[in-house]
Amino acid sequence: MPVDEVVQQARRDLAPVPRVPGAPKADALLVADGVRRSFGGVNAVDVEHLEVQRHVITALIGPNGAGKTTFFNLMTGFDKPDAGRWDFDGTSLAGVTASRVAKTGMVRTFQLTKALARMTVLDNMRLGARSQPGEGLFTALVKPLWAPREREITDKAMSLLERFKLDTKKDDFAGELSGGQRKLLEMARALMSDPTLVMLDEPMAGVNPALTQSLLGHITDLRDTGTTVLFVEHDMHMVRHISDWVVVMAQGRVVAEGPPSEVMADQAVIDAYLGAHHDMDLGDDALLDEGGVIDAEADAEAAAEVPTPTEEKAP
Amino acid sequence: MDFGQLATNVLTEMLGPTAIAYALAAIGLNIHFGLTGLINMGQAGFMLLGAYGFAISTIQGAPVWLAFLVAVAAAVVFALLLGLPTLKLRGDYLAIVTIAAAEIVRMIGRSTALTEVTGGAEGLTGNSFKATFQDASPFPDDRWTLGPITLATNASNSWWLRIVGWGLVLLACLFVWRLVRSPWGRVLKGIREDEDAVRALGKNVYGYKLQALVLGGIFGALGGVVFVLASSVQADSLGRPVTFNTWTILLLGGAATVLGPVLGSLLFWAALVFVRGFLRGVIPPDTLSVQQIEQIGWVLVGLTLMALIVFRPQGILGDKKELAINAR
Amino acid sequence: MRAVACRDRSVALRRGAGGLLLTLLTALSTLGVVGPAHAATAPCSPDDATACLNVTVTVPGTGPAAGVGLTVAGQGAAPVQVTTDDAGKASVALTAAGDYTVTVDEATLPAGTTLKDPAANPATVTVALGRAAGRIVQVLPPGADGAVEASPTDDTGATATPDDADAAGGEAEAGAEAESSAEASAAPGTNRYAQLLLAGTVFGLLLALASLGANLIYGTTGLSNFAHGELVTLGGMVAFLAVQRAHLPLWLAIILATAAGALLGWFLNRFLFRPLRRRGVGITQQMIVTIGLSLALVSAYLFFFSAQPRPVVSGISQRMQLGPVQISAQSLVSVSIAVAVLALVAFVLARTRTGRATRAVSDNPALAAATGIKVESVISQVWVVSAALASLGGVLLSLYLNTTRFNFGSTLLLLMFAAITLGGLGSPLGAVIGALVIGLVVELSTLVLPNDMRYASALVILILVLLVRPQGILGRAERIG
Repeated sequence: MPVDEVVQQARRDLAPVPRVPGAPKADALLVADGVRRSFGGVNAVDVEHLEVQRHVITALIGPNGAGKTTFFNLMTGFDKPDAGRWDFDGTSLAGVTASRVAKTGMVRTFQLTKALARMTVLDNMRLGARSQPGEGLFTALVKPLWAPREREITDKAMSLLERFKLDTKKDDFAGELSGGQRKLLEMARALMSDPTLVMLDEPMAGVNPALTQSLLGHITDLRDTGTTVLFVEHDMHMVRHISDWVVVMAQGRVVAEGPPSEVMADQAVIDAYLGAHHDMDLGDDALLDEGGVIDAEADAEAAAEVPTPTEEKAP
Repeated sequence: MDFGQLATNVLTEMLGPTAIAYALAAIGLNIHFGLTGLINMGQAGFMLLGAYGFAISTIQGAPVWLAFLVAVAAAVVFALLLGLPTLKLRGDYLAIVTIAAAEIVRMIGRSTALTEVTGGAEGLTGNSFKATFQDASPFPDDRWTLGPITLATNASNSWWLRIVGWGLVLLACLFVWRLVRSPWGRVLKGIREDEDAVRALGKNVYGYKLQALVLGGIFGALGGVVFVLASSVQADSLGRPVTFNTWTILLLGGAATVLGPVLGSLLFWAALVFVRGFLRGVIPPDTLSVQQIEQIGWVLVGLTLMALIVFRPQGILGDKKELAINAR
Repeated sequence: MRAVACRDRSVALRRGAGGLLLTLLTALSTLGVVGPAHAATAPCSPDDATACLNVTVTVPGTGPAAGVGLTVAGQGAAPVQVTTDDAGKASVALTAAGDYTVTVDEATLPAGTTLKDPAANPATVTVALGRAAGRIVQVLPPGADGAVEASPTDDTGATATPDDADAAGGEAEAGAEAESSAEASAAPGTNRYAQLLLAGTVFGLLLALASLGANLIYGTTGLSNFAHGELVTLGGMVAFLAVQRAHLPLWLAIILATAAGALLGWFLNRFLFRPLRRRGVGITQQMIVTIGLSLALVSAYLFFFSAQPRPVVSGISQRMQLGPVQISAQSLVSVSIAVAVLALVAFVLARTRTGRATRAVSDNPALAAATGIKVESVISQVWVVSAALASLGGVLLSLYLNTTRFNFGSTLLLLMFAAITLGGLGSPLGAVIGALVIGLVVELSTLVLPNDMRYASALVILILVLLVRPQGILGRAERIG
């Protein structure tokens, strides 16, 4: 079956799914069960059950502090839950380290872009590729062992960079790119490993509105080429515009899910946002430019995003 | 003021075993900090363990190749002991643990309790462990002159030691040059920039950091062996200031460059000997004692380190553009 | 040398001569410094045709003896006559290897003093080309005859300390490892365990005072200040100058030292670290700046004060009996000041506007700035207070340990780092608890470990605790997301 038909089928499969939190999906790629994480007695994440449909774009929304990013961190091995299990593509990922999670095909980006600033754009891209023989200490010493693979991944990186209109910047340091270009680079880098599921944490945050449209295009392109997308977003316009399914979180729980048009009209969702009214983001980009308090919040979240000290076991 | 003599002294020190030892240690530190971003504040501990490993195994009758292996193995074990528990933690923990561990090694080394093995604070005299290394020399026992420098071929602070030492430095540079330009080096640089990003790309960050720590520690240990082959093993001569000097050398030459550590070491020792010799020449001895002049030299080292960070953080060989980008 | 001191120590313990022990321990540290620390500075530098014989004459407890005449003879060479310099050192360059005799001219010894071990005069020292050999001659102050009996006559420790001039590398660090206080010794009528507990608590409290500032700076700016030890030394040195040179009363010296610390703290922040923060210099880079600062300061101290011990108060304070333990009046006063100041700092942090602002900045500088707190002025205050506390801690520690030296603070630096890391980086109460733990471990470890490994034991504890509880005793686990 061609890719576009697969995607159409997946979207059609969503139509009969009941609009209740934790609804079962026809072809679930990611399934979470009883995932709980608390900080100092406050439940940051308390997800009873959640399924993410394969081959569609699922948005994860909710007011600030709803636990969206923490949920991302838990799923991708950047944080450890107090309880719960989750399966990705049929394999349990509970207790698996972040790097292994990425190797299974679930690749994430970060809310505050993590472009590797003092490396060139091309090197950023190459780093994303999998199975590189030259990444072993001893093989690295013998160039013929890794040169062929290096050529392959360079070609692949260049074609992705062209797609994201970054090919002219390939020899610039990533730190020299604009905020939006860094978001693009991070996304392109994640694609180097041909992931099954891409998890984007606020892909629009800090992006110049002029770039928004092309970013949205890239995300829908991802779906249309067969990659499943799960993203966290504040920007309601974007959510409405590109997502096939929306999951709403509030105070760590999933409070609603459904297609974007229905969810946005749902009383529970409105309540969830109004309950934290000052945090409500109506998708107004201008808010982001006010600096001050918002920057402080971003910094606070950045500080909080540092991973726990113990997360990877010996290889 | 005899400038000819001063120039000879500067040249001798620049090419001497101390400069070689520091160059090797700084190459190791460059793998830690310049490439991977690990803050190792205990490089002197690696050097001291290498020195003890070499000297003690030689005294126990090991041939010279085995003694070198023991020195390397000591560094590997030390790196694993330090790295396995701390490399999962935030960066500053590694700094505190490495500096503490290096001090522990030094305190144990100089302790009376181990006098029979380490010689306590008095250490192990050079003659007790230099013989095998000197016997390995292909040269006849003689004194050779090259330009203004005259040295014994084999004994102690010799041409043989210089040849082996600079050979090691050359090999280390080639090794680092190859690695920096490989995918392995790319992963390390990625970790230096942002380890979470690299983790999210499916690399085992912990394993890479451990490899880097071990590798850099091995160069530190080799530096320690060269250091003591010219003198003796004394715990206090490889203490905290040695680590700090190594940092100065690395930043002077330029972190994350291949030749920066070597250039830094050459310049550091040349400058230090020049300043001391010059001050000794121009200041009458009744104004300042030799010791005080020595201290002026070290004050200048400290000020240089500060000035480097403030005015030329990329060092001499570093790329200004690369550093202008504030990584975080 | 240390072996001798340890043996001496047991004898002294049995004889109950606590003061004597102190003298010996001070001597011990003196010797440590005169050895390798000055190795690189010896005017004679050995090369493969020259050997150096370095002789040091010291009076335990007071320092080097200058102007002592020595004769070196042997290997068919004409006898060489030398006189010790201000550092108590004399150096002879020799061109042939072999055994030499070193004879001390007893008539030139400082008035009233005698050789500690007359049987070892003249003494034989073996030198090898390309190396420096050393001999340390100990001289007893008047009225210290007991020590002659107490010390074993086969005083091997006083010969041939290697003095390797190749040991270059700014080794301004050696010695003074086992700086110890009279409080740690057990005099008759004291219970050894109780005495060590007391010593550990006293040491811990003083350490807490000295390290609290480093923790405040870490909390507000994220900077690990490697020059913090030099701020501690500053206190000791200013107090030494005030009491010994300007003959001011001790209380005034303490105030002066604290003020000097505050001034230096303000100065460092205003002209060094604030500009660095403004330029966006990373925290690692700033940390390396503090390393450079530390190196420059410690060398400057050595330049001005030389390597001799600089006791703030000469003589040994009277010790009083309190139940099963003894404590000197000096220590008692020091501890009282420390506790009062710690309580004051705790009060300020908890109850005042300034304190709350400081805690807010520690918590989250960006958020604090957003709520109208002037972050820069808070950081400036923290630097002033932190350096003042370090300096005050330096004076009190120097009273407790009965000496200061150019590297006094830097030998304590790691213990201070250990204390704040152990307690939890950035947590002021944690620093106090951490320091108490370190103080107790340091003193109690002498029950099972040799005296010169006491600081090492504290560092081992630090590493072990970090493995189990990386955030420290009171630190918070970091929140994510």
